[in-house]
Amino acid sequence: MTSPTRMTLAEARDALAARKISAKELVEAHIAAVEAARPLNAFTFETPEKALEMAEASDARLAKGEAGPLEGIPLGIKDLFCTRDVPSTAASRILENFRPRYESTVTANLWRDGAVLLGKLNMDEFAMGSSNMTSAYGGVENPWRAKGSDKKLVAGGSSGGSAAAVAARCVLGATGTDTGGSIRQPASFTGIVGMKPTYGRCSRWGVIAFASSLDQAGPMARSVRDCAILLRSMAGHDPLDSTSIEQPVPDFEKALTGDIRGLKVGIPKEYRVEGMSEELERLWRQGSNWLQAAGAEIVEISLPHTSYALPTYYIIASAEASSNLARYDGVRYGLRVEGATLEEMYDATRGAGFGHEVKRRILIGTYVLSAGYYDAYYNKARKVRTLIARDFRQAFEKVDVILTPTTPTAAFPMGEKMDDPIAMYLNDVFTVPASLAGQPAISLPAGLSAEGLPLGLQLIGRAFDEETVLRAAGVLEEAAQFSAEPAFIAAA
Amino acid sequence: MSLIEGETGKWEVVIGLEVHAQVISKAKLFSGASTAFGAAPNTQVSLVDAAMPGMLPVLNRECVAQAVRTGLGLKAKINLTSVFERKNYFYPDLPQGYQISQFQQPIVGEGVLTIDLPDGSTKDIGIERLHLEQDAGKSLHDQDPRHTFVDLNRAGVALMEIVSKPDIRSAEEAGAYIRKLRSILRYLGTCDGNMEEGSLRCDVNLSVRRPGEPLGTRTETKNVNSIRFVQQAIEYEARRQIEVLESGGTVEQETRLFDSRKGESRPLRSKEEAHDYRYFPDPDLLPLVLEQSFVDELAAALPELPDEKKRRFMDSYGLSAYDAGVLVAEQANADFYEAVLAGGKRDPKLAANWVTVNYFGALNASGLDLDDAPVDAKKLGGLLDLIADGTLSSRLAKEVFEAMWESGKDAATIVEEKGLKQITDEGAIEALVDKVIADNPAQVEQYAGGENPKVLGWFVGQVMKASQGKANPGAVNQILRRKLGG
Repeated sequence: MTSPTRMTLAEARDALAARKISAKELVEAHIAAVEAARPLNAFTFETPEKALEMAEASDARLAKGEAGPLEGIPLGIKDLFCTRDVPSTAASRILENFRPRYESTVTANLWRDGAVLLGKLNMDEFAMGSSNMTSAYGGVENPWRAKGSDKKLVAGGSSGGSAAAVAARCVLGATGTDTGGSIRQPASFTGIVGMKPTYGRCSRWGVIAFASSLDQAGPMARSVRDCAILLRSMAGHDPLDSTSIEQPVPDFEKALTGDIRGLKVGIPKEYRVEGMSEELERLWRQGSNWLQAAGAEIVEISLPHTSYALPTYYIIASAEASSNLARYDGVRYGLRVEGATLEEMYDATRGAGFGHEVKRRILIGTYVLSAGYYDAYYNKARKVRTLIARDFRQAFEKVDVILTPTTPTAAFPMGEKMDDPIAMYLNDVFTVPASLAGQPAISLPAGLSAEGLPLGLQLIGRAFDEETVLRAAGVLEEAAQFSAEPAFIAAA
Repeated sequence: MSLIEGETGKWEVVIGLEVHAQVISKAKLFSGASTAFGAAPNTQVSLVDAAMPGMLPVLNRECVAQAVRTGLGLKAKINLTSVFERKNYFYPDLPQGYQISQFQQPIVGEGVLTIDLPDGSTKDIGIERLHLEQDAGKSLHDQDPRHTFVDLNRAGVALMEIVSKPDIRSAEEAGAYIRKLRSILRYLGTCDGNMEEGSLRCDVNLSVRRPGEPLGTRTETKNVNSIRFVQQAIEYEARRQIEVLESGGTVEQETRLFDSRKGESRPLRSKEEAHDYRYFPDPDLLPLVLEQSFVDELAAALPELPDEKKRRFMDSYGLSAYDAGVLVAEQANADFYEAVLAGGKRDPKLAANWVTVNYFGALNASGLDLDDAPVDAKKLGGLLDLIADGTLSSRLAKEVFEAMWESGKDAATIVEEKGLKQITDEGAIEALVDKVIADNPAQVEQYAGGENPKVLGWFVGQVMKASQGKANPGAVNQILRRKLGG
């Protein structure tokens, strides 16, 4: 049998069902892997005791034949999800030691289906970042290294801890959240699969808010199938989230038929951005060829407002964030730094509690919503957002799925781009449009750069048609045969 | 139009009112926490109300229905699509750091409210809009010398902000406006209108101008929480602005805070210091879209409102505008009156008179409510029946009513016990008349001189006295005339 940490989630699930391994054995192996991977700084809080308790309960249910779809599967949870009695901090000082007395809907769904919590995963503070360098806990190290280099690389962000933990074989899967690319970009940087479902597919209740109209939880794992399995458990209508949509949750795994004959795949010409590297263009063309070889029809399409997506995104996301983060005021929970007056207490608390990037976004957001600037920025951005959504709507009249690269580059060294927010924001240029339009999108590893680092391709689908996205991704995955491994693997 | 005389001539006062009315609902606007008044601090606070990380608002349908009912009651346009926005500002009793309110697209648009003035006339005051919003919590500054305490029980409770057009011209009209609005809200059951408990609060926007000139600069006086205070605040602010203008100054656009102990207001913040609330659509909530059928169902179930009821009381019962107005001001009073009428079998004018004068007078004097009054509608009706069939004169009826109020017994029992029944037996009255005539020959002489009505009145009085007030005055009069007049 494969080593427990080397299995995919689907393999582990089958091994558990066949009683080839106990949940306790599986979880113990992963607890050891989490410990071994500490240098990566992927976890903000480990929960080995809780994991063992949950594993024992899983074994009992497995013995009774009452196993859930994720019974005994050890997972990591991004620290943006509130988990009952377990620190949930959004990787921010302002929520230092915050232990909620409630469980987010998405994680509650996972525990309902038998999954096991290994710990909370590092991330960019309040999910604001593309490198995981803005975390109050420090950056997450990418388990990959460039060929012949010892330079530490970023794991991407904001779900960098999730991506690194999955890639280093610490967990069988992880939750991420994606606001403008926060699942897909780190997935691409670490050679794993990450999916942002349709906005409204997963409940946001209990997920610490960054930008409410964009935030969406999604799965991160080592295969398309694993993501399909996780998404089925995570998704579902939640009356506690008014933006969660009442839609049946299909058995996503069943969508992986491998048959995409007749599927129309769009290649948006606007994604061929200036300065795109030769190798990335080649990979993109390769992806399109693979799909064509499997019977898909390739169609050149136009998404004319693509170039406006990035500024639009940074205005809307920052505006919402400036308001969403107002509740961290030192009054009721989290950090409080005393001051002589109320104003001084606010200033001191928020000054000490928030990091630079969070402050930058609060300032941008406050500015774009201010009287006199509202129409020029926020309102204009909202209008452009509807145009971007219309681009996709029109494109999906012609095609079933859209293929693009996930990121303009492979993972970059830790500490780079830190003094150049614009260069940092450019990481999201391919992922942001689908976020603004609410479309489901997946990133999967499709090849290696010349430096030997993973590069991802992105598939974008129609709203609530994750099945087609997953089916096409399954075919790409099969064709790409991505088998390269990172330099660091937690346990052999 | 009421004008104020200044040092240099007449001034017109222009007033608009913003009324915050707490919606009657079991749960808060966006959470399931209870809204009951008077609970121990911070015992009615959900995770949403405390703005815990990751918590989301879910709109309470009942609050929406209440707002629509109120809009219908104000004859206003119901907007089938409305949008909740965030009003951003920091304060410890505002846990989210923003208030969820409606700004550009409120649930209710323009309407009208007809106010009743003391001279019996009416005036239409335009309604600009009504929107739904969350209340804030309560800051308690007097619990500790160094700290402010916060009670979040009220945080998130649904309010309707009802904004009038600047159609009000005097403190008197403002009082009439609030009274009428409160009456309508109570009829609809959408707000209990209790100003002492803060379920109805008022901000006053006021400016002054020379008649016929454009609008002056307005100020907003906040936190005026009784009708008397609203009127005080208006008088104060109108005088203040006139004095400023007449002494050559200019009125600053500012927000003022009313101090009810001094009956004055003081500046809170100027236009420059005004908050930039950075309103934007709340991304946690979808636009609120109502079906026309939902509105129609609410409209069909609306109760008869004060204006319609007043009109009906005047048309069907022949009441004066004044009496009808008094009776319909509170729904309970109108219901009581109609219960006394018992389906119209009693004289409506007699009943109106008894209810508004004697009955309400007794209620006021005893400080009781309709619910715990010793005389109910049925007993009062019984008394009216005894008046109608001649058993009691109106003077006797008042005596009986007092006894009823004392004892709680019905009218017939009291008449029986006290032997207060009116004497209508002609023979008995004749005997009394004969005796009075026989005892007073001088007066008989006087009367015979020319059927002197004064003298006749004197005789009636004597006979009534002799009967201890029980003789039917009409019969006494008739018999006296016959016997004296010859």
